[in-house]
Amino acid sequence: MKIVLDHLTKKFPGRGRKNPGEVAAVSDFTLEIPDGELVGLLGPSGCGKSTTLNMICGLETPTSGTIHFGDDDVTKLSPELRGVGMVFQNYALYPHLNVRQNILFPLENLRGKDRLSKEEMERRVSETARLVQIEDLMERKPKELSGGQQQRVAIARALVKFPRVLLLDEPLSNLDARLRLQTREEIRKIQKKTGITTVFVTHDQDEAMSICDRIAVMQNGVLMQQGHPQQVYDDPSCLFVAKFLGTPPINVFEGVVRGQTLYIGGQPVLPAGGVKDQEVFAAVRPEGFVLQSDGPLSCRLERVEVMGRDVSVISSHDACTGPAVRSIISAESRVDTASSTVRFALKPGKAFLFEKDSEKRVTVQQN
Amino acid sequence: MKKNNGKAWLYLLPALLFLIVFMVYPLIDVFIYSIEEGFNFASQTYYGVGLYNFSYVLHDPYFLQAVQNTFLLVIITVPVSTGLALLISVGLSSIRPLRELYQTIYFLPYVTNTLAVGLVFMILFQKTEYTDGLVNLVIELFGGNAVDFIDGPYWAKMFVLCFYTVWVVLPFKILVLTSALASVNQDYYKAARVDGTPRLRVFTRITLPMISPMIFYLVITGFIGAFKAYSDAVALFGTDLNASGMNTIVGYVYDMLYGDSGGYPSYASAAAILLFAIVLTVTCINLLVSRKKA
Amino acid sequence: MEQQLDFQNMQKRTNRRQRALKVLVYGFLSLWALVVLFPFYWMVLTSVKSYGAYNAEHVPALYTLEPTLQNYVDAFTTVPLLGYLINTLIFTIVTTAIMIVVSTLAAYAFARLEFRGKNLLFTLFLSLMMIPSELVVITNFVTVTNLDMRNTFAGLILPSVTSVFYIYLLKENFEQVPDELYRAAKVDGTSDLKYLWKVMIPICRPTIVTVTILKVIECWNSYVWPRLVTDDPSYYLVSNGIQEIRENGFGRENIPAMMAAVVVISIPLILLFLVFRRKIMAGVSRGGLKG
Repeated sequence: MKIVLDHLTKKFPGRGRKNPGEVAAVSDFTLEIPDGELVGLLGPSGCGKSTTLNMICGLETPTSGTIHFGDDDVTKLSPELRGVGMVFQNYALYPHLNVRQNILFPLENLRGKDRLSKEEMERRVSETARLVQIEDLMERKPKELSGGQQQRVAIARALVKFPRVLLLDEPLSNLDARLRLQTREEIRKIQKKTGITTVFVTHDQDEAMSICDRIAVMQNGVLMQQGHPQQVYDDPSCLFVAKFLGTPPINVFEGVVRGQTLYIGGQPVLPAGGVKDQEVFAAVRPEGFVLQSDGPLSCRLERVEVMGRDVSVISSHDACTGPAVRSIISAESRVDTASSTVRFALKPGKAFLFEKDSEKRVTVQQN
Repeated sequence: MKKNNGKAWLYLLPALLFLIVFMVYPLIDVFIYSIEEGFNFASQTYYGVGLYNFSYVLHDPYFLQAVQNTFLLVIITVPVSTGLALLISVGLSSIRPLRELYQTIYFLPYVTNTLAVGLVFMILFQKTEYTDGLVNLVIELFGGNAVDFIDGPYWAKMFVLCFYTVWVVLPFKILVLTSALASVNQDYYKAARVDGTPRLRVFTRITLPMISPMIFYLVITGFIGAFKAYSDAVALFGTDLNASGMNTIVGYVYDMLYGDSGGYPSYASAAAILLFAIVLTVTCINLLVSRKKA
Repeated sequence: MEQQLDFQNMQKRTNRRQRALKVLVYGFLSLWALVVLFPFYWMVLTSVKSYGAYNAEHVPALYTLEPTLQNYVDAFTTVPLLGYLINTLIFTIVTTAIMIVVSTLAAYAFARLEFRGKNLLFTLFLSLMMIPSELVVITNFVTVTNLDMRNTFAGLILPSVTSVFYIYLLKENFEQVPDELYRAAKVDGTSDLKYLWKVMIPICRPTIVTVTILKVIECWNSYVWPRLVTDDPSYYLVSNGIQEIRENGFGRENIPAMMAAVVVISIPLILLFLVFRRKIMAGVSRGGLKG
């Protein structure tokens, strides 16, 4: 089911006497989600991603704008008429019902011509349970399950009525690190098997990048950029997106472009074709550094962390806006740990320039 | 550790003194009174020891009347008040504007003097030679016949007593249930909405199971409270409850102790112990039922 | 397209049903609010009707155009209402004050100090909470009578002080104050009493205020014990006073004056409630199982 969000805006009345006006949780949000894709809504907490999800679900009504599922305008429909399945952050499994009863619950709500026979309900429940591999847990109560198992029950409950759209709100945030890796693969697998259009909300860019067909990065209620994860990573449209994606995070330097060349700390470090003279932020991915004895960027060496496959060099530079410059280089290259300085050259495709005021991307012509 | 010993007892001393003199000693004493036969209050003497006091009380028609009244009151007001409180709390939690105003209004009876407001109920329900009273006028408006609820037939008096009791106990129950409802995680309701669960089903399958511990708590305390009903009846029918046939068990205890019919602490003790036994039994049954359900 | 229309109809139906339900809920809530408020309205209304006007109404009027304060004058002059109020005020203040001091000390001992038999004693304390007051009232009545303390403030106040439940509430709250504060105070050489006064009480002030308010409400409305130990009207509290007024006061027919007395008696607590609304409601829902 294709989902189209068109100029979606949600305003909440201000809380308290201090800020009477309205607060826009989501403003002018436009996004098209192709049928069968897994899409991640990504952003720091309070950026409006959960509000957006709730609007797709029907738990919140947009102040303006429209939502279409395929050809249907669902903007004003209540959740049960939209055919959505939702997995809540804390799973919202009914504690007094066992797993089977929890999964059965949505089916028992169907009335009239949608009503299923007892056998059909049972068949659907066990089919869904098999899909998420919880057949052995059917008679247990939610509190007797681990976090990961609860998560799967919640997904089963969302899927059992064959929804047109599956929505997940921070589905992994309540799991420990090891389970999180495993569960996100699980979600991806289930999504691929069912082919159901899925939207999930997360603040963890790693999570989103690893399993999504498409990500949408939000900040303060505004969609900053959307696209395939790799494409967004390689071509961020603004400093916020560049900083938000990637671990370790991108290194941001204050720099100047003069005569189509980027200067950092007074040293010319990269050609900047087609860029007019101005002050800029230069952001360099950790993997964008090349160790080079006569490299143009000279940093004070702090320490070297060996990570096996590669080596992480921590250094500092006066023009760097963060506390340290973190670069990742292949383990074959040798770093002279006795030396107090380390010199790098920069890979052009891994360094991005942004306007100082607007923090918008400045395109550099490659030649 | 050790050097604190004396000091700790010093801190506890006032509380202990009060408790021993006014709670522990009386508690033991009440059992002694209850088996002292023919106790004379003036001379502080008694003839012998036995169960005669209990037998006297159990054969006293006033006591039996009081037991009947109390049981009727309990059986009617506990379910009615709990059910009504549940309805009101669910209603309250489903609205947003004006909720605080309603909550404040509903709580008012808790802070008012039972005796004083009872007088207002009395004049609302009473039928005198001057006026039929407001409630009777409403009844007549709908084509009914006026009844004196205060000095009239038994069922009418019982109705007013139950009505006033519900009016008085409701604030506490509404308060407890609204806070129980507020503590249910909203995600359950959101999940139910996404699944299109009908309201009634949300209520019976989600809300009720979630707040059932609080409902049991209210039922148990409600039983205990209703068994001890007294001042509501005094407020409506005056201090001579035996005469109006509306006495309660607690009222019987006090009447035996003091007033025109008083001066019999032994009978009072026996009646109080019988009341305690009834309350204890009912509470135990309640606990057993609630444990089985949970 | 047809399906779309169908959805819209369903949505309309749902919306309509929701609106109807909302109206129903507000109607029901307002009805009960009316049931709660009406007695209050009626008592104020009746208290400002003149004696003659009230008794001339065969059908009680729902409003009056000639309000009078004469009934309030009567209430204070014909019967000793002022005396009842002062008695109740003294009773409430003294009882609450003693209760707070005694309970705070005991709660502090249970929460902070270590002594032999503490757990056993506390268990005994808790089991005392189950004891209904009806059981102990009998002996207390006899005790007070034998000590010749009937119709005295001592006889009224002393048996009303004990409150296991409030000790329990305070103890729970005191225990939440971190141990480190106590140790730090000990290192500085602070005495226990000073620590209690300067640290514990300020930190736990909200709970102490709540307990105080609950006890004030309880005292102001107490009826049974005062009725047992006072038969001299000059020691009556308001509850007994109102009962006395009803039975022998203005004469049975002067309902307006009676209502004026009822209003005067009710106002202090209603004011207290409106001022401390949140505190009282929170306190009651936390531990209103006093019965």
